[in-house]
Amino acid sequence: MSRFRKEKKKEVPALNTSSMSDIIFMFLFFFMVITTIREATLFVKVQVPAATEIQKLERKNLVSYIYIGTPINIQMYGSEPRIQLNDQFGTVEQISAFIESERAARPEQDRPFLITSLKVDKDVRMGIVTDVKQELRKVGAYKINYSANKTDNLFK
Amino acid sequence: MARKIPQLNMSSTADISFLLLTFFLLTSSINTDKGLSRMLPPLPDPNAKPPIIKERNVFTVLVNTYDQLLVEGKPGDIRNLRKQVKEFIANPYDDPNLSEGEIITLPHLGQVRKSKGVISLQNDRGTSYDMYIKVQNELAGAIYELRDELAQEKLGRSISQISDQAILDEIQKAVPMSISEAEPKAIGGK
Repeated sequence: MSRFRKEKKKEVPALNTSSMSDIIFMFLFFFMVITTIREATLFVKVQVPAATEIQKLERKNLVSYIYIGTPINIQMYGSEPRIQLNDQFGTVEQISAFIESERAARPEQDRPFLITSLKVDKDVRMGIVTDVKQELRKVGAYKINYSANKTDNLFK
Repeated sequence: MARKIPQLNMSSTADISFLLLTFFLLTSSINTDKGLSRMLPPLPDPNAKPPIIKERNVFTVLVNTYDQLLVEGKPGDIRNLRKQVKEFIANPYDDPNLSEGEIITLPHLGQVRKSKGVISLQNDRGTSYDMYIKVQNELAGAIYELRDELAQEKLGRSISQISDQAILDEIQKAVPMSISEAEPKAIGGK
């Protein structure tokens, strides 16, 4: 009888992996939606301080970034805190030109709403930050945002 | 009978999508655009006289180059700063040393005491940025807590539950974010 037939050597059936790619694609789209392409390669070390009263920045396309921190490559650029504008080091005097170019890149009706996000390392002294702020006041970029990380308790 | 279509080998699609996935993981960063939003004041007009504010209406906070606080002329602690600011602005017992208030009437909130107090913050060029953000955070936190308390008192709701922009504007008007930063000084060296 066939029921009692001796078992033949069976091959393991090939796994159907076509749904795996669907899952990975789902992951891909998920990450594409929640992340943003990095704006610039950082030349300075920026570890933003922590704060509790944090607001989120809406309308990303209206934000321009100024990074301040110690250069990552200390042998080449020294250990004094430097300013980074876009993809290169800048000086305090170049900030007004930087803001002007950022303004020119936006449509005219959006220009009054431009926000300057200051991404400053927490070990930096206030002197350079104050200079930057004075420069921003001169060109009329009054809206700023001190970038910070969310924390529950400031005094740990 | 229809011809049987041979099955396509799909296993390499997974590899390709994995490659794309790792590419996006490496080139992108999760959005971390948050922080403390502030308005900078316009540059002072050299001809204009500074407005006269009564001494009792100014709450001075000084931060020196060693990150030490001087609050209203006395050495202070960052842990107590929020409480001190709230007491100064709210001034519930009408202490003559704390800020003056005036009663204003708003359509949604009714009669509200609006403080004339201004917080004056001055830091040294040598103050660390971390400390500066902490002080800014505490000052802002005090104002936010006062706004929340006002909303609780008048409307019985916390401020996060209010979505009506008109009411939010009124609350902001009743408890303004009056933090003034003095022109910087360099005392403690670089």
